[in-house]
Amino acid sequence: MTAPAPVPAPPPAPRVPPTPRVVPAARRAPGIRRQLPTSPWLFAAPGLLIAGGFALYPFVSTLVNSLTDRRVLLPGRFVGLANYRELLHDDMFWTGLRNSVLYVVGVVPALVVLPLLLALLVRRHIPGVAFFRSAFYTPVVASVVVVGLIWVWLLDERGLVNSLLEAAGAGRVGFLSDPWLLLLSAMAVTVWKGLGYYMIIYLAALANVPRELHEAAAVDGAGPVRRFLSVTVPAVRSTMVLVAALSSVAAFKVFSEVYLMAGPSGGPAGEDTTLVMLVQRTGTGLTGRVGYASALSVVVFAVTVALMLLVLRADRREET
Amino acid sequence: MSVLDRPSHRPGTRPPAEPPAARRRRITDTGGRRVRPAELVLRYLLLLIVLALTVGPFLWQLSTSLKSPTEDIYGSPPSFLPRHPTLRNYERVADTVPVWDYALNSLKVAGASVVTNCVGSALAGYALARLRYPGRRAATLVFVLAMLVPVEGIFIAQFTTMRELGLNNTLVGVVLPGSVGAMNVLLMRNAFRNLPYEIEEAARVDGANAWQRFTRIALPAVRGTLAVVAIFSFMGAWDDFLWPLIVLSDPSRFTLTIGLNYLHGTFANDERLVAAGTVVAVAPLIALFACLQRYFFRGVGEGAVKG
Repeated sequence: MTAPAPVPAPPPAPRVPPTPRVVPAARRAPGIRRQLPTSPWLFAAPGLLIAGGFALYPFVSTLVNSLTDRRVLLPGRFVGLANYRELLHDDMFWTGLRNSVLYVVGVVPALVVLPLLLALLVRRHIPGVAFFRSAFYTPVVASVVVVGLIWVWLLDERGLVNSLLEAAGAGRVGFLSDPWLLLLSAMAVTVWKGLGYYMIIYLAALANVPRELHEAAAVDGAGPVRRFLSVTVPAVRSTMVLVAALSSVAAFKVFSEVYLMAGPSGGPAGEDTTLVMLVQRTGTGLTGRVGYASALSVVVFAVTVALMLLVLRADRREET
Repeated sequence: MSVLDRPSHRPGTRPPAEPPAARRRRITDTGGRRVRPAELVLRYLLLLIVLALTVGPFLWQLSTSLKSPTEDIYGSPPSFLPRHPTLRNYERVADTVPVWDYALNSLKVAGASVVTNCVGSALAGYALARLRYPGRRAATLVFVLAMLVPVEGIFIAQFTTMRELGLNNTLVGVVLPGSVGAMNVLLMRNAFRNLPYEIEEAARVDGANAWQRFTRIALPAVRGTLAVVAIFSFMGAWDDFLWPLIVLSDPSRFTLTIGLNYLHGTFANDERLVAAGTVVAVAPLIALFACLQRYFFRGVGEGAVKG
């Protein structure tokens, strides 16, 4: 909120012909001479161009396309809500929606709680703790493709996890062959990759919890669990809401983990297809149905917004 | 933001506190509180378990990539170390798919993304934070809205746009949509706004124009945020999967992530090759992270608050 200092009036300039309406900013902005590279719009232009051209325009065009039967190679006609009606009768859509919603339900609680515990673990400055923090962050740095393939190999029928299970006397488990187990495994991978990221967010929040609160609670005889529940959790509650919002939006849009672990078609009979995978499969390639895929995208977008509002609303209700 | 900056600086400020603690042969945290030995043992035990769970998978992948083609990689109980470590798999993966070309493509994409994001977001951020002109609020709103639109909701439209621009199946097409991230613009805007205005004001009175104030005064003062933008742009572009998967169809133009997916899909039966490929893809980023962790952590804090 830096208040702009009052600007001396520009010296009475000789009458100039009215500048074209395109760059009125250059004239009125105080302190900026009419030399070429100083116009604020020139500064902002590259950013505005990209933001407009590759975020806002595609958004509008997605909405418009969802009302047409456009294909990748064919311009579309206006078809009204036909795509949305078709969607209601598309089993694959419901499978995708189910899986994406399940993903939120499975991943978000884990990503709200586990990183907090992890943050508490690496919070005390005992020797070597900086190393552990960095190490726990490594999965965040790696590409989701690398992470996905590492776990495909680990959870393989003959992979490390099954070798260990067998060595321990348990039977081998088809993590990647059973559709439900595969979805669960993918969720576990998403959690594994996200732990370090949210841990850092929680560490920042924990730094603000006054230590006196903990000590007072300890003096009053509260054990570690009690202190966690009645001191730590309330103190980082707003951060938990933030993490819930961020992770639920990300979880609903899941694509890569399931794509890599189940394959492009989402496993046998597409049972593990997520909504974004369906968008990708429907709308790309030379036969892609842009119109229908756009309607699916609108659903992705709507649910994402709804999730955000839901989390924020739940937060407000709890607060009052 | 200042609050979130704190943990990132902590690792740096730790050393001064440590020598006395070590001399007294008593383990304390930075607050000078003693840590009970039992608690200490429990903490290290838990830390090591989590370490095994988070870093172990990477090491297992590395180990698999170093195992010779004759060594059994499926055995139970598993052998964690390669019996005869060999780089043979790295040669073989390069014979199977042009993995070094993919790495070069990834490097080009990531490098270009760093340059465009640093330049574009610094310029736009400065325009939003410091320059005064009608329409500034509207411009800010454009970036806020752009930040809120999820890529997953618009990539089909982006794909058709790319086709119309004739940029499908090119690396330019991969870079372009993320070339000036809206969030980076807002990060830079906040960084510029947090600078004291007086110096720039003085420069302005002395006759410096906006460009001079930007390059000589403001930009040097936000180097830290610029580094965060650079690192996250690099990581984002290097790691990205969905968008390059949509844009690129010609295997000779693949980036590493798409190439790995291709390798996995086509030659899935040889785990050693896939392992070698993933090591190639992840090693540069782990190296980068090891050198510049401070900025990685700082970026998380700033991104989470702004995002």
